[in-house]
Amino acid sequence: MNNQRGFFHNVDWVLILIYVALCIIGWFNIHAAVYNPLKPSIMDLSTNYGKQFVFILSALVLGTVILLLDNKFFNAFAPIFYGISILLLIVVLVIGRNVGGNQAWIPIGDFRLQPSEFAKFSTCLLLARYLSSSTTKMEDFKTQIVCAAMIIFPVMLIMLQPDAGSALTFTSLIFALYREGLSGYFLVIEGVAILLFVLTLVYNKYLVLLCVLAFAGLLSYRLRRNRNQLKVIIVGAVMSVVFIFCVDFAYNSILKPHQKNRIDVILGKIHDPRGQGYNLNQSKIAIGSGQLWGKGYLKGTQTKYDFVPEQSTDFIFCTVGEEWGFAGCFVVIGLYVFLLLRIIFIAERQRASFTRIYGYGVASIIFFHFFINIGMTVGLIPVIGIPLPFLSYGGSSLWSFTILLFILIKQDSNRMGAI
Amino acid sequence: MNKYFVRRYVVQGIIIVMALVLLVRLFYIQVVDKSYFLDAQNNVLRRQILYPARGPILDRNNKILAQNEPVYDIMVIPKEVKPFDTLEFCKLLGIDKAGFDKRFKKAVNHSRYTASIFEKQLSAVAFATLQEKLSEFPGFFEQKRTVRIYPDSVAAHFLGYTLEVNDEIIKKTGGYYRPGDYIGFSGVEKAYEDLLRGQRGVKNLLVDAFNRPKGHFAEGAYDTLAVAGEKLISSLDIRIQKLGEKLMKNKVGSIVAIEPSTGEILAFVSSPTYDPNLMVGKQRGNNTVAMYKDPYKPFLVRPIQAYYPPGSSFKPVDGLIALQEGLITPTTTFFCPHYYQAGNHRVACEHFDGPTNLTKGIAVSCNTYFCYTFDKLINKDGYQNRRNAFLDWRSRVTAFGLGTKLGIDLPSEKKGNVPTDTHYDKIFGKGRWRSSSIISLAIGQGELLATPLQLANIECIIANRGYYYTPHLIKAIGDRKVVKPEFKMKHDVGISPQHFEPVINGMQQVVESGTAYNARIKGIIMCGKTGTVQNPHGKNHSVFVAFAPRDNPKIAIAVVVENAGYGSSFAAPIASYIVEKYLTDSISKPRAEVEYMRDLNLLPEVKPKVVKPKLSPAKRDSLKKDSLKKALPAPKSVQVTAPANNKVVYLNSSAR
Repeated sequence: MNNQRGFFHNVDWVLILIYVALCIIGWFNIHAAVYNPLKPSIMDLSTNYGKQFVFILSALVLGTVILLLDNKFFNAFAPIFYGISILLLIVVLVIGRNVGGNQAWIPIGDFRLQPSEFAKFSTCLLLARYLSSSTTKMEDFKTQIVCAAMIIFPVMLIMLQPDAGSALTFTSLIFALYREGLSGYFLVIEGVAILLFVLTLVYNKYLVLLCVLAFAGLLSYRLRRNRNQLKVIIVGAVMSVVFIFCVDFAYNSILKPHQKNRIDVILGKIHDPRGQGYNLNQSKIAIGSGQLWGKGYLKGTQTKYDFVPEQSTDFIFCTVGEEWGFAGCFVVIGLYVFLLLRIIFIAERQRASFTRIYGYGVASIIFFHFFINIGMTVGLIPVIGIPLPFLSYGGSSLWSFTILLFILIKQDSNRMGAI
Repeated sequence: MNKYFVRRYVVQGIIIVMALVLLVRLFYIQVVDKSYFLDAQNNVLRRQILYPARGPILDRNNKILAQNEPVYDIMVIPKEVKPFDTLEFCKLLGIDKAGFDKRFKKAVNHSRYTASIFEKQLSAVAFATLQEKLSEFPGFFEQKRTVRIYPDSVAAHFLGYTLEVNDEIIKKTGGYYRPGDYIGFSGVEKAYEDLLRGQRGVKNLLVDAFNRPKGHFAEGAYDTLAVAGEKLISSLDIRIQKLGEKLMKNKVGSIVAIEPSTGEILAFVSSPTYDPNLMVGKQRGNNTVAMYKDPYKPFLVRPIQAYYPPGSSFKPVDGLIALQEGLITPTTTFFCPHYYQAGNHRVACEHFDGPTNLTKGIAVSCNTYFCYTFDKLINKDGYQNRRNAFLDWRSRVTAFGLGTKLGIDLPSEKKGNVPTDTHYDKIFGKGRWRSSSIISLAIGQGELLATPLQLANIECIIANRGYYYTPHLIKAIGDRKVVKPEFKMKHDVGISPQHFEPVINGMQQVVESGTAYNARIKGIIMCGKTGTVQNPHGKNHSVFVAFAPRDNPKIAIAVVVENAGYGSSFAAPIASYIVEKYLTDSISKPRAEVEYMRDLNLLPEVKPKVVKPKLSPAKRDSLKKDSLKKALPAPKSVQVTAPANNKVVYLNSSAR
């Protein structure tokens, strides 16, 4: 590595450009969300958009610092980062501040640290380090168990806060594992499980059961000659039945009423726009009222006048939808898709499997946040409080996504170097 | 390259498919489904109605008859109410504790979070004492409204009154009015409601999730200002209106005075009357009940709703028709033997004048002369054709405005009655009636019924020598002084002008030397006709109709005093005072005479209603003691409380 070529040598500027674009879009929408037409001011550090401006600047500094670090640093220190994250997750349970029922924050002066955000990239790093070792093979049962353990450990700790949204994020890492050789069945199983989950809650469980059995029966008749496939179908059917009963039990006996309500609203079992469905309904109204071209910058009324809750953080996409319309949404979603595909492209051009695995991990986590967050604001998915990467207001989330992304950029800039 | 390389396409595919799912969903709620756009409007837009000031009503000399006055509704938001000194609050509002609890409960039942009216329409005076202390009672606040005020307390029947709309009215008007709005309910307030109410404005306010206003929608591009109601200039002359109401005190009847050259009504008195301010404010309900109980029916608009046979005042019309038909000439004489023999029935005449011509017949009110005339009219084409002759007579009488609505700009005008031939067929059998059967029509009796307005209008016709304008009360609308086109239309009655002179000569003699001798006015030639209308229910009604001056008449008048007796004794002098006051702005008659007339109590006795008390024997005795007083309330005094100043007003009270 020739130091004279500078630390920006080989840096993927496309990725940085998309990153900056998303941050700026985020800043403008946060400004619009808290904009008060009676007291217009563009810069005020006491407001959310003022603070976010500081967050973006500091995130850029953070990104630069990451680019300055040695390229072996992250691989070498992965276990230590993981260890620190786990430690913080335990600490937050003891001294954390309880905000909205979740004990997710460690107050440090004015600033609030959210350990679960940092657990994301440290878990990614550790997974990448473990799987990139020449002795591990994704097909091995032992490897699968170790990977599962690495993911489940922080998930359990986060569930104790309890912060279901952040915990669920880690399940997205299955894409990275899939890319490394995890059986495709796991993806199918996850897909079928989600389908059955929804169907069981919306319709009568016995009806779903009947359908599953009928479908399995039909399939086994068609494939009756192939014993192996028949076996798979039978096992799948049995597992489905067990799963349906589990979901039913979990829904009726384990979930707390407010969680049940959130699911009920999204599934259309409750129509109650003033009660549990208020947030969701107002969010849909805000986005839907944007129509094709939107109401224009700072002209949105639903977000500006506080009809949408959490409008700067989890529901920032409402402002996009309302003020920029479908056209704006299309651009933002397009940027995300471009970002994700670019990350996968970068991951695939690596010679070092560490960076590739890490890259897939980054893509998985950003994709999960992107899909769940926007899906939530348009009413496709229950209200799960997770931020929209780079757009949502908040230092912890912006920094953690910046770290996540810039480690990849750093690793990628060294793709020509020694493994 | 690793063997799972192709799996990148699976991952990329999932990303793209999921992004498409989001886009399809977004496309649906943003572009396809319009309901979210409307929901957003509902969320954020609040239409605030701006109420226009109701148009004022002026008299013909721009004196204010009706205007607006601020009142204050005390509002309450139950949720914001904190413990306070209930007793003091009640004292300030003038209510008791029970009343407070009742009102508060009602407000709570309506809504804990939104404002509802706690106490309606405090006057500015009453509110002043409360205002400085109102801040001590959190949750209570004032809301300004305007109500009608009638500064001179006159012309109640002409002005009418406004009422808060009820559900029925809201439904009938297709939701134009909203609860709490006021609507003209009678009189001019009702007839000109569309003009008086003005145009409501609207403010499209943006509000936030907590309903706090945040500015105007689209910078106020869709906001409209309230347009105040039109100013109405009435034809009324408040001086003679007041004088008329004073003179008619303690009497039942009407005065209608019209300017013949325009049809503008100068005075419109219905007695007994009431203070129009009683129909405004908190006491309205109680006052209304009291007035409905009043046996003299103060709500009846007598000038257009009460029927009287015109009596002798009809005689000039008979004469005019006969002259036009060529059946008599001014020199035609009939011999009056003190009576007219109609078949086997005699119509008495109070005079013994011998040969009588038209002028003299009118001057002395000769029944015989007009019976002969009427007989000629009915038999003009021979005995066989009397039905057609009757119909001719009828259509000529109708042309004078009898038996039809004149079209005054007030609601609920009645049309009076001119009997039809079929009516007589029913009574006498088809075709079995003749002039003698219906001879009472000749002297304005029988089935002939007219309103005081119609009587005054006939005087206009005579004064104008053959035509009239529709009598009306609003002479100009708004600042541009628009006159309704229908009031500029001349109605010709089909009598040639030259026929009027002998009749007018007779009417002049009525005042100068005839039955209305006591009504003559120094320096003014007034032409009039008395009527003493037979009343089957009691004493005769006193009627006097007139116009003055003889040449270029300025005022035509009809005065009816019910159950008073001779037309010459009461109606005539009252008319003369008003005519003189209008023409010269003074009364030359001795003051005592006018005051005597003013203080005269001519209220008919009210027949007691037989009420069988269903009370315990113990209570019966006390009832007996009072029964006389209760059963004979004449002169009756109705005590009503004015809203603002607690002044006690006596209506129909005996002479003070």
